[in-house]
Amino acid sequence: MAEVTRTPVDISQGSRTRGGIGESTPRPDGTLKVTGEFAYASDLWHEDMLWGHTLRSPHAHAEIRSIDVSEALAQAGVYAVLTHEDLPAETKHYGLEIPDTPVLAQGRVRHHGEPVALVAADHPETARRAAAKIRVDYVELPVVTDEATALAPDAPLLHPDREDGHADHVPHPNVLHRQPIVRGDAAAARERADVIVSGEYELGMQDQAFLGPESGLAVPAEDGGVDLYIATQWLHSDLRQIAPVLGLPPSMVRMTLSGVGGAFGGREDVSMQIHACLLALRTGKPVKMVYNRFESFFGHVHRHPAKLWYEHGATRDGRLTHVKCRIVLDGGAYASASPAVVGNAASLSIGPYAVDDVDIEALALYTNNPPCGAMRGFGAVQACFAYEAQMDKVAVELGLDPVEFRQRNAMSQGAVMPTGQVVDSPAPVAELLRRVKAMPLPPERQWETAGGAADVRALPGGLSNTTHGEGVVRGVGYAVGIKNVGFSEGFDDYSTARVRLEAIAGEPVAIVHTAMAEVGQGGVTVHAQIARTELGVTQVTIHPADTQVGSAGSTSASRQTYVTGGAIKHACEAVRARVLELGRARFGSYHPAWATAELLLEGGKVVTDGGEVLADLVDVLEGESVDIELEWRHRPTQPFDRVTGQGDGHVQYSFAAHRAVVEVDTELGLVKVVELACAQDVGKALNPLSVVGQIQGGTAQGLGLAVMEEIVVDPRTARVRNPSFTDYLIPTILDTPTIPVDVLELADAHAPYGLRGVGEAPTLSSTPAVVSAIRAATGLALNRVPVRPEHLTGT
Amino acid sequence: MRVNLTVNGRPQTADDVWEGESLLYVLRERLGLPGSKNACEQGECGSCTVRLDGVPVCACLVAAGQAEGREVVTVEGLADFARRRAEGGCAGGSRDPGDCSGAAADAACASETPSGAASGGATAAGVGLDQARAWRPKPADPAELAPIQKAFIDAGAVQCGFCTPGLLVAADELLERNAEPSDADIREALSGNLCRCTGYEKILDAVRLAAARAERAV
Ligand code: FES
Ligand code: FES
Repeated sequence: MAEVTRTPVDISQGSRTRGGIGESTPRPDGTLKVTGEFAYASDLWHEDMLWGHTLRSPHAHAEIRSIDVSEALAQAGVYAVLTHEDLPAETKHYGLEIPDTPVLAQGRVRHHGEPVALVAADHPETARRAAAKIRVDYVELPVVTDEATALAPDAPLLHPDREDGHADHVPHPNVLHRQPIVRGDAAAARERADVIVSGEYELGMQDQAFLGPESGLAVPAEDGGVDLYIATQWLHSDLRQIAPVLGLPPSMVRMTLSGVGGAFGGREDVSMQIHACLLALRTGKPVKMVYNRFESFFGHVHRHPAKLWYEHGATRDGRLTHVKCRIVLDGGAYASASPAVVGNAASLSIGPYAVDDVDIEALALYTNNPPCGAMRGFGAVQACFAYEAQMDKVAVELGLDPVEFRQRNAMSQGAVMPTGQVVDSPAPVAELLRRVKAMPLPPERQWETAGGAADVRALPGGLSNTTHGEGVVRGVGYAVGIKNVGFSEGFDDYSTARVRLEAIAGEPVAIVHTAMAEVGQGGVTVHAQIARTELGVTQVTIHPADTQVGSAGSTSASRQTYVTGGAIKHACEAVRARVLELGRARFGSYHPAWATAELLLEGGKVVTDGGEVLADLVDVLEGESVDIELEWRHRPTQPFDRVTGQGDGHVQYSFAAHRAVVEVDTELGLVKVVELACAQDVGKALNPLSVVGQIQGGTAQGLGLAVMEEIVVDPRTARVRNPSFTDYLIPTILDTPTIPVDVLELADAHAPYGLRGVGEAPTLSSTPAVVSAIRAATGLALNRVPVRPEHLTGT
Repeated sequence: MRVNLTVNGRPQTADDVWEGESLLYVLRERLGLPGSKNACEQGECGSCTVRLDGVPVCACLVAAGQAEGREVVTVEGLADFARRRAEGGCAGGSRDPGDCSGAAADAACASETPSGAASGGATAAGVGLDQARAWRPKPADPAELAPIQKAFIDAGAVQCGFCTPGLLVAADELLERNAEPSDADIREALSGNLCRCTGYEKILDAVRLAAARAERAV
């Protein structure tokens, strides 16, 4: 066990323990991060260290005739050049759900930027220049880029030999996964509809664009194994994929989490992990790999671009009769998390509305586009953009206020999902809409100065604007969304926590050890808060995350506070029970309350529920430590039926609503989002400051998808056109408006402390709210995001 | 080539620097100061913002040779820099040419500058594995932090923290120029610094908080 350092929180003298759940305690890593001392993965250094570099395919689809590395290998300072021929084990592929991704291309590349060869050299520039000297003989093949080319009779098959769990259930081998959901009788219900509204929608490919590039340091060990220091979302999932490719038992691949600069789903798949280990094992030297931004765009999967077709029916009095929809997601060249994304898109496709009769189909395709997988919102984002556009359209058709129409159809506790699952915890959809609507609106013509002139900085386009507000119109739009929390469809979604309580320098200290990846979300903060609350101590040390403790599952799906937080809570409860046993044995004979009263741990003491102090924890422990490790599971879920889509597939649902206020310069086609208000139910805010920060961050990413973010893939060549921050735009502080947040706390009786996963829901409704507001301002249909100037000016 | 520069008040020398190396690479990989971050290395994100003779620049766009003989302040030296500015003394990288520039001032700075947060020294580089293996929380001692650093922690403006060093350097420079910035001023000053996590609202809060605290302290 490493040495223990004190947490920043003062020791409170009262019986209440400060810094527990419900308080906005500061991040334990905050001081390190503001002083530049926090060790991110790209900061690591080792004596005698080499730099790894990846050679990537310039083509999206090509046969590889030959690879000649001799010239590269001959460069001074180059220690190794590896191709698929150098892979040491039988296993040469990896993947989250389906092992279809080659570690290094063998015979064929399937997407632009696919890794082909690796170089290790003594300077990053040497490695880059050597990689440029590798000769690869490619023969280009026709590219599969969309549904039409993927399902054409003579379409090249991306994975002709696929042997996965889904192959039997898809209509064509280029369909990666398909999930229908049929419930009630949509055709019959359609007859009851007074209005029927249909629409087609499209979303571009969004990137997670976390700021900390993919990085890690692999250090060969004396036992023939390797130590990997890495920025990831799930250490044990990486380990499961890395070890077989290296031909090593998992025990010889030891992984430690290094500082992670954001993730948002983009680190759920393996990127450079295996490559760095291969180079380290080959050269016998530590190897560091750090992607630059260009490479980062090729190094991780993206959000699935999607095409969606929807039909909604409603009666004159504003009740939905049925929903039919078809959702086509572009999975790109490899499977990644696509099957689960499809399950989410299908099961959440009608949104937080109560509709009994539905006919749903969602599928993902294999194409030669960049692979897509997990990104914040995971399949629910695409659906939400479409169903919320539809809700506005139906409301217009019925002449109803869009919020009022949504509220009439809003689901509530007890509603039945299209999958048949009963929503058995609060679902305050109508209330969230009421709350965002009730927030005061920002002033009209906010760009107008007191003197009546325009402050151009506040106009659409900012300083680069060339008008003075003549063509500026305002619009307001609303949206609400539903997201599942945790891994679904029967996945064994557990977490492991080890909690130790001991006395150090005369004070009780809790040490919490999990493999949870802190990616910036603040898990380390709430974990300490949970331990303080449960064990009544002030000092909590969060042990670094590594593979020396059992899996914590992924830092994704808004699940970590629920699942790893739940594991810590239960481990603390077990520690507490053991401590009280020790206390009873030591002091039980001195005071009857030990046997009769309800006992608590508070302020470093054992107290009765009446507040009487029985003993100091330090005296109870008397030099011993109590140390418990356990796995914790939420209630189980079920897979969706492959034909009907029925099954209690989700753990928990979370809900958020947005109101967007935008101003559009209709002449220039420029949009300024003036305000983006959010109301979200979080069940219980364990750390209110962090909760609001998560909601604001998620909201900003949704804004990005609405008006600027897209990886542009050339439809003829499937090459990525804009892999840089010059051309892939994420919102700056000038693009992002104030984001007032109203947090609702309706406890979920099934969750630890009643909490609800927070991170993803705000990303869903943000996008459609902004687009709805632009529609309200311009009267344009706008069926595609990101909305671009030419969509607004009609040029 | 050899590059001589003053970083956070300490004279530093880097040897065997390649022609194409950036100031960012020299700071991070040769001088053991990885606080300035490498998120795009194209001048687009601001994560690498440092002050070069007082002016905020993207260190990734400055060729190492351009820093020859000049003064650099990084996030590692920000607290010390702010402290000495508050004391009215030499702040190592001030904009005011009469205040602290030139060789004589450099020498004065060097002689009174403590070693700073990171290891310094031209041979150390990056972060060692012991640190990677075990990050440890550190007390937020207000006396050891610049006001803007403290405000970022208190306002919840740090999430993953990768954008934070660059934002701190830029925000500190803004407050040095403009003690009472409007929201529009803050947005303009920080528009070159991307943050993917926070949605910026709490970053605005942090700058407002630091400004308000400074006002109260006067
Ligand atoms: S790393 Fe220098 S601006 Fe992005
Ligand atoms: S980029 Fe993560 S906190 Fe700003």
